Amino acid sequence: MATVLSMKEKTKEARKPRWSDLGLSSARLVDFYKRMLLIRRFEERAAQEYGKSKIGGFCHLYIGQEAVGVGAIEALREDDYIFSAYRDHGHALARGMDPKGIMAELFGKVTGCSKGMGGSMHMFDASKNFMGGYGIVGGHVPLAAGTAFGTKYLGKDSVTLCFFGEAAANQGVFHETLNLAALWKLPVVFVCENNRYGMGTAVERAHAVWDIYQKASAYDMARGWFDGMDVIESYRAVKEAVDRARTSSEPTMLEARTYRFRGHSMSDPIHGHYRTKEEVEEQKKSDPIPRFAEELLRGGILTQTAVDDMEAEIKAVVNEAVEFADQSPEPPAEFLHENVYV
Amino acid sequence: MAFLTYIEAISKGMWEEMERDSSVFLLGEDIGEFGGAFKATQGFLQHFGEDRVIDTVLAESAILGASVGAALAGMKPVAEMQFSDFVTCGFNQLVNNAATTHYRWNIPVPMVVRLPSGAGIHGGPFHSRNPEAWFFHQPGLKIVVPSTPYDAKGLIKAAIRDPNPVLYFEHKRLYRHVKGEVPDDDYVVEIGKADVKREGTDISVITYGGTTHQTLEAAELLRQENDMSVEVLDLRSLVPLDKDAILSSVRKTGKVLIVHEDNLTGGIGAEVAALIAEFAFQNLDAPIKRLAALDTPTPYSPTSEEFFLPNKEKIVNALKELARY
Repeated sequence: MATVLSMKEKTKEARKPRWSDLGLSSARLVDFYKRMLLIRRFEERAAQEYGKSKIGGFCHLYIGQEAVGVGAIEALREDDYIFSAYRDHGHALARGMDPKGIMAELFGKVTGCSKGMGGSMHMFDASKNFMGGYGIVGGHVPLAAGTAFGTKYLGKDSVTLCFFGEAAANQGVFHETLNLAALWKLPVVFVCENNRYGMGTAVERAHAVWDIYQKASAYDMARGWFDGMDVIESYRAVKEAVDRARTSSEPTMLEARTYRFRGHSMSDPIHGHYRTKEEVEEQKKSDPIPRFAEELLRGGILTQTAVDDMEAEIKAVVNEAVEFADQSPEPPAEFLHENVYV
Repeated sequence: MAFLTYIEAISKGMWEEMERDSSVFLLGEDIGEFGGAFKATQGFLQHFGEDRVIDTVLAESAILGASVGAALAGMKPVAEMQFSDFVTCGFNQLVNNAATTHYRWNIPVPMVVRLPSGAGIHGGPFHSRNPEAWFFHQPGLKIVVPSTPYDAKGLIKAAIRDPNPVLYFEHKRLYRHVKGEVPDDDYVVEIGKADVKREGTDISVITYGGTTHQTLEAAELLRQENDMSVEVLDLRSLVPLDKDAILSSVRKTGKVLIVHEDNLTGGIGAEVAALIAEFAFQNLDAPIKRLAALDTPTPYSPTSEEFFLPNKEKIVNALKELARY
């Protein structure tokens, strides 16, 4: 039977913020914002340092997709596992990894989180169960089934979260893993970050089915999509999936619809041959960071002074990370052979 | 002490390790109810239960990738590739994910991949390979290739206890054709140690896996018929390679034949030959000689397969040639 609400109650209901059912404190909401901002500023600075040749090789920025990583990772517990792909700086920061270790890794220094041996695509922190970035598209997806299997076997209630891009969903091993996860009822959540382009190839040119999450229907797996430009929606969708994984050990496949504002890597322009300037500008209107800031300001959860203070604080953190990376020593030559085997 | 076949020794080693350590579990295609394509895991499901003896889907990449992940979560997976040829489908998981994890992050990936390999069973091009050289080139993986039941048990136990990813190549032809004494006690064969299977003074043969037995037969024949003294060094481990054992045998005899069942070009023999040329050149009384399978896919036709593979007669002829030099 429907609950009958009085006029007063209805008004109160309508005025409730959209996250009122999620049990998020104001401090958490502010923290969501702050983490997204840290990623944005960190990545902007990484681009600058790349331009100065302090960072070499390949470097894929997370700018534009911050709401996905922050919302999803905020839905986890500390003992949950995370796997990332090659666009992994943002995930590492969202998990609370030290920006100094991440920047130093980008600089190829021995103080980096992978001792300078990995680079941009190999962020890692065992103490945070952050099981790494992986540079082969889709190649890490089965590892997530493995940790999920391991924790279930060991009687723990940890959940594994696995990020990958939509291009990875065309790899055979993605399908192998979804089948395995569904068959073995593994506590794993697959989060596909659909930013519309696999390098320069649009979804429409690469996928027979454009609703990427529907690929999980072949495995009768719980599935859905969410607005990846909205940190609350990201949190909501992933939290629900994580709870299901934890309580009933069932996998979920989620598609985050998002967009990257920079090129695929540092070597290609923001727009050009595969997407237009107009398209990028249009997408920037849904930038997850100002969008969320406005909402928090409007709701009185954040003040402009607090935003300004936060900017200053993050600027200092990023400066410190760059300074640390710059001043850190190079990995010594004898180091090369040290860790090939245990 | 028991008298076991090669495959029984592998099974016994796995059984003992599963009894010893509850984080050890088996996964692979048809290893549970079916007992394994070659019956290496027969009876395991009934004893250890389906949580620890897992029939997987037919998906090598997922099997190997899930093994890496399980190892990261504190488990010790022993994955079976039904035939070593099928490891091709999971190549990335081994050479990129398993092999480089400790190098990048200093965390161990304790996993074992069992790879039933080898020709001589008329399996044709896709069920006869000896793909060890593909992985030999990848730092971060260990590779063992037992030839006897004693080594088979000792090396599977060592592999399971090793904190690194270990590829365990087991020759299909040896499964039921080779029998030997296997102690009942809890012993391991140290990974990285070659074994002199026959002492000799005239010529060294360096070999491993299936061709070890053909080499031993050839050596015995040459002793009886030609009074030749052939030393047979069984590498047992390819990574790490026992360089000291190789060089000391060559320094003793001054002549060397390298035999393996894999194709000749770019095979393990090429590396062993380079090692000898580099570090024992002064000790050589003859050019290094190699004998291996032809550089072609493995043919099905039994007569063609015989022509393709090294065998006792070919080894005898090669050794006679070397002796004449």
